[in-house]
Amino acid sequence: MLFKKPQVAFYPFMVLRDDYKCVRCKSCVDQCSFDATYYDEDLNMIMNHHENCVNCKRCEAFCPTDAIKVVRNPSTFHPDANWTPEAIRDIHVQMLTGAVILTSTGNDKPIKNYFDHLLLDACQVTNPPIDPLREPMELKTFIGRKTDQLQFDSDGVSIKTTIGKQLELEIPVLFSAMSYGSINLNLQKAMAIACREFGTYWNTGEGGLHKSLREFKDHTIVQVASGRFGVDLEYLETSAAIEIKIGQGAKPGIGGHLPGEKVNEGIAETRMIPVGSDAISPAPHHDIYSIEDLRQLIYALKEATNYEKPVFVKIAAVHNVAAIACGIAHAGADAIAIDGVRGGTGATPKSLRDHVGIPIEMAIAAVDDRLRKEGLRNEVSLIAAGGFRSAVDVLKAIALGADAVYIGTVAKLAAGCTQCQQCHTGRCAWGITTNDPKLAKRLNPEIVAENLYNLLRAWAHDIKELLGAMGINAIESIRGNRLRLRSWGLTEQENKILGVLPAGM
Amino acid sequence: MSKKRKLMKVYPIEENCISCRYCEVACTMVHSESKDPVKAYKLENLLPRATVEVKEAVSLSLMCRHCKHPFCFDACISGAIMVDENGKVNLDEEKCVGCWNCVLVCPFGAAHPMIKEEKRHSFKCDLCGDRGFPACVEACPNRALIYDFER
Repeated sequence: MLFKKPQVAFYPFMVLRDDYKCVRCKSCVDQCSFDATYYDEDLNMIMNHHENCVNCKRCEAFCPTDAIKVVRNPSTFHPDANWTPEAIRDIHVQMLTGAVILTSTGNDKPIKNYFDHLLLDACQVTNPPIDPLREPMELKTFIGRKTDQLQFDSDGVSIKTTIGKQLELEIPVLFSAMSYGSINLNLQKAMAIACREFGTYWNTGEGGLHKSLREFKDHTIVQVASGRFGVDLEYLETSAAIEIKIGQGAKPGIGGHLPGEKVNEGIAETRMIPVGSDAISPAPHHDIYSIEDLRQLIYALKEATNYEKPVFVKIAAVHNVAAIACGIAHAGADAIAIDGVRGGTGATPKSLRDHVGIPIEMAIAAVDDRLRKEGLRNEVSLIAAGGFRSAVDVLKAIALGADAVYIGTVAKLAAGCTQCQQCHTGRCAWGITTNDPKLAKRLNPEIVAENLYNLLRAWAHDIKELLGAMGINAIESIRGNRLRLRSWGLTEQENKILGVLPAGM
Repeated sequence: MSKKRKLMKVYPIEENCISCRYCEVACTMVHSESKDPVKAYKLENLLPRATVEVKEAVSLSLMCRHCKHPFCFDACISGAIMVDENGKVNLDEEKCVGCWNCVLVCPFGAAHPMIKEEKRHSFKCDLCGDRGFPACVEACPNRALIYDFER
């Protein structure tokens, strides 16, 4: 009765409460969605089940008297570089459950972040920097197939060549695929509003497009994944572009599974499945076993939408990503999205999240190089995804060769996320990755849309400042311009793959 | 008959309320001597005039609705409850004798009893009269309270 199982006894986080400051408003009790906080009437005290605490910090944020601090449990195992607390805890969990350990968000292991090892250039004396507040600065980006050459009319001005449909971005940043089901409608709506206001695009993810969001069609990329949830002609047409999802950085090579208990009426209608049934995305597309098959799907989608929508293909960055990307370009995709090893997710086995895939920096460099060598670079746009943290990361990715960047975790953070890695539980206390009506209403789409707009605006300013310092007045001029990058602390081999010179050269 | 009153009051928006109780704490704080939430609750033994009602996913902040025909006004035996020219219902805590009639008749449960050693009186939302703008509206983190003219 009093015995506690190891994963209960050795909990990782605990809630410290300054009882004098606590006014018993019970805000924390109501805000905690993990049953870690409760009110004891006999003692007239707020108490905790520390073993349930996930360090989401909702109670800490909402305590009006700053009486709460969520901290790492100071009780530790014997210090051991090999048997870390995480390694021990994982064993304790698996010996009881006999199951894979599910987790969410992005890779939290210290995999070398090459963006931190790249430095940008600036102008001094011999060439002048530009002040972005006084001179025009262009971040406009077009995603889609570019023609091999332009033909002009006899007047020498008008263009004769027909250029395929392009997505026009005011900032080379798009919101990456997060499905209705993994996140709720409120965050999707906030992203859609922010995109419409700022001039960029959001991605529906594989869960279909809810009818309340169809008004944002001109800023929506609709996804077709292996489960084909919510896909019909109307869905394909209610979009600015279509994305075929092959893989995801956080879980390359596996599908998805939205448990039946999360499939409420809205999700069921949008995904076109019965209420309460499991939504299973198979690992492969069962009609794609080769590049030729992919080509068939790409052209089936293009045919269905009268060649009016660009078709993207999203893959995870895996070992031979460059060759795969080439195949995708040959298959007729208008853009390739590549999701690196740090990409996030709503649910994935921990072993896959942390150990499968390659860093996005390497993938961008390798793919850009290979596409250039094959003479295919103009035929596809390259969208990088997976762990972008700031405008500087975005600019470095573009300098390495990407056309634009997908951000997902950043959007979640702007909605209040504290990276507690509990998305897969559907109990998100911040109302982001949950469809529980009590929790989902914590995310006010109006407020989050403002936050996201501000964020895009801030990043645009940041990028302009950095470009100005480099004496560049258009994002086009830095795209794939690795000469404006230098590395530090990297090996010769790493420099070779990234195609950058070490600092000092 | 239904002449619009020039009265501003606080409206809760149920779908935005996240039951965080900031409205309660802000209310208690601004009605205290110390203007400090901890002291307001612990030393001055104050209670909030707005209360958050929660039932599963539904929650909202509840405070005096300043009714057109206030039952509390009819029920008050001491003349402590008065309606001003705009229709705002005021409760004079000095005049109140603590008969709890207003507490009993209020259909919203927005009048509360306060029992202190020196005096018993009821209390309710005063729209932060001396403050100019209701503290609960200012404190709400999810735009679940708005201060607007009566609709």
